[in-house]
Amino acid sequence: MQTSSRLVKWLISGPPLLFLLIFFVTPSLIMIFTSFRLPGEFGGLAPVKLLPGEVAGDSGLTIETYQFFFSDFIYIEIFLKSFAVATITTLICIAMAYPLALLIARSRKKFRNLMIMLVVLPFASNFLVRIYAWMIILGPESGLSHFINGILVFFGIAPVTLLFSPFAVLIGMVYVHLPFMILPLYTNLEKHDPILLDAAQDLGANSWQRFWYVTWPQSLPGIFSGSALVFIPALGMFAIPDILGGTGDIMIGNLIKDQFLGTRDWPFGSTLSIMLTLAVLGIAGLFSWFAKPAIRMT
Amino acid sequence: MALLEIRNVTKQFGNFIAVDNVSIEIRAGEFFTLLGPSGCGKTTLLRMIAGFDAPDGGQILLDGEDIVAFPPEKRPFHTVFQSYALFPHMTVADNIGFPLKMSGKAREEIKTRVAETLEEVELSQFADRYPHELSGGQKQRVAFARGLINQPRLLLLDEPLGALDEKLRENMQRELINLQAEAGVTFIYVTHAQNEALALSHRIAVMNQGRIEQIDEPSRIYNFPVNRFVADFIGKINMLNAWVTEVSPVHLKLKVEGLGEVAVPAKDRIKVNDHGVFAVRPEQVRIVPLTTAIHTEFQLNGKIKDFLYIGDVTTYIIELSNSTQIEALLPNSVPGHTKPFEVGDTVAVSWQEQSAQFFPD
Repeated sequence: MQTSSRLVKWLISGPPLLFLLIFFVTPSLIMIFTSFRLPGEFGGLAPVKLLPGEVAGDSGLTIETYQFFFSDFIYIEIFLKSFAVATITTLICIAMAYPLALLIARSRKKFRNLMIMLVVLPFASNFLVRIYAWMIILGPESGLSHFINGILVFFGIAPVTLLFSPFAVLIGMVYVHLPFMILPLYTNLEKHDPILLDAAQDLGANSWQRFWYVTWPQSLPGIFSGSALVFIPALGMFAIPDILGGTGDIMIGNLIKDQFLGTRDWPFGSTLSIMLTLAVLGIAGLFSWFAKPAIRMT
Repeated sequence: MALLEIRNVTKQFGNFIAVDNVSIEIRAGEFFTLLGPSGCGKTTLLRMIAGFDAPDGGQILLDGEDIVAFPPEKRPFHTVFQSYALFPHMTVADNIGFPLKMSGKAREEIKTRVAETLEEVELSQFADRYPHELSGGQKQRVAFARGLINQPRLLLLDEPLGALDEKLRENMQRELINLQAEAGVTFIYVTHAQNEALALSHRIAVMNQGRIEQIDEPSRIYNFPVNRFVADFIGKINMLNAWVTEVSPVHLKLKVEGLGEVAVPAKDRIKVNDHGVFAVRPEQVRIVPLTTAIHTEFQLNGKIKDFLYIGDVTTYIIELSNSTQIEALLPNSVPGHTKPFEVGDTVAVSWQEQSAQFFPD
């Protein structure tokens, strides 16, 4: 009886486990190995010489890429800047998603699904197409640009270019990631028992106190999962800075992409990826540590 | 002066009249119960007192001042909800301290008063637990403690014992009576359980279809129900169709369907030929084996048709000679005796005239 149920458990969880092992663990190991190798002369990788009898120190393995990463502050700076962009994106998403999620969660049941559908509707069209659309919206000949610059000129301020700026990157980042904040937040808020707000009001809490002491703390798990869903992809994003950003708006994602596709320095690209993964894992660890009290209540 | 006066309060939801011109005076220190079947308007009335619903007409006066315009947070009343409504993200101590925090008490004061209250309700060792880590009875006590800590003028209780099992409920009833006496807070208690209302209350208002049927002390409600609804809703009662054949200052003579002529105590505003029901409570019906000679004003012969044994008492269903059925409740108080009667036994059924009543339609 017990052995057969264990067998069933393995049969069910086996295929996905195997899939992850082959397509996640193996590439990760390959990437780690790659980061210690040397680039080939025409891109790719130089061969590894680990045959017996060969000179030690010329094995084709090196920690040069890691030394290089820490020797030039510019890489750390891009890392920090990427973290800043991802953090600001996450915060703006929280600020924008919260009222909307609350509105959906507190509206009548038959309207909720419609509104949720509207939130996910943009996914129906291609991500790049939507980003290019923003290129037009923010472009110098767009109505928006004319409107903003018209106001600026009216007040005697020099006109600005919206496109190819950190501002444009941030707009794109928030736009793309907003649904990933709204959905978990809505799922959380929708489950709140409305009687708790009645109880709080009955016990003397005004509307602000009801939000701050009852709704907000209960919504923290939703905020945490939404933040993870926004922050991590935002950190690795390269398409939006590529399309909407200027030359100075490069993020880690762009840097890594350039190593593989541009400079063809695979070992350094791998090193950057590993550093990013480690940073994300570190942040995720901190996150779950801070989220503990919020998780305990559920 | 009454602590709380509800004056001609009416509340409508669409075409449905939930509360219909209700007036009640609640005295300070009282344990007052609103009793009625579901949908009778008792919860709506409680919500209007708490401030969650506004009456469509009438006044709610606290110490003579109309409080209808005040939102719930501005009323010195607290509510114990049926589902307890404890904050799941707060510890027991934080839950209990919540009303103090909202009223802007200093942190130190909150701490000492919460500690005192926890001591009183014997929950000190649970101060740092979360609600989901407590049993039903413990949650209940936290809810009471939270409702009482800030000394409200009124504690409103919305079927707070509904979610507990029978045994626990009885213990909580006793605890609730003590709690109310100790706190000296006026309670307004809403329930549909008549035995709970009888056990707990100083006074009961029986409600039906948005209206008050009777307001009185429990024993008077039980013994002298003003109408058929109250008689039927509170406790069990045998009811048989009847009409009045004779009216005198001391009693009424009735013709009861299947029983014949019966006398009941006199009642105001009853005329000859009025139709209604003859009513007598099962525990007032006496049954003896037919062989035993008894001398009462009234006696009928019947046969035990069925019985319902529930331990402390047994309800016998007796079929009278003309197939009318009547219930009699007997305590199982004879030691060693399991059951005085068996199905099929022929018995003599009787009751005292004062224990029977007539309710006109």
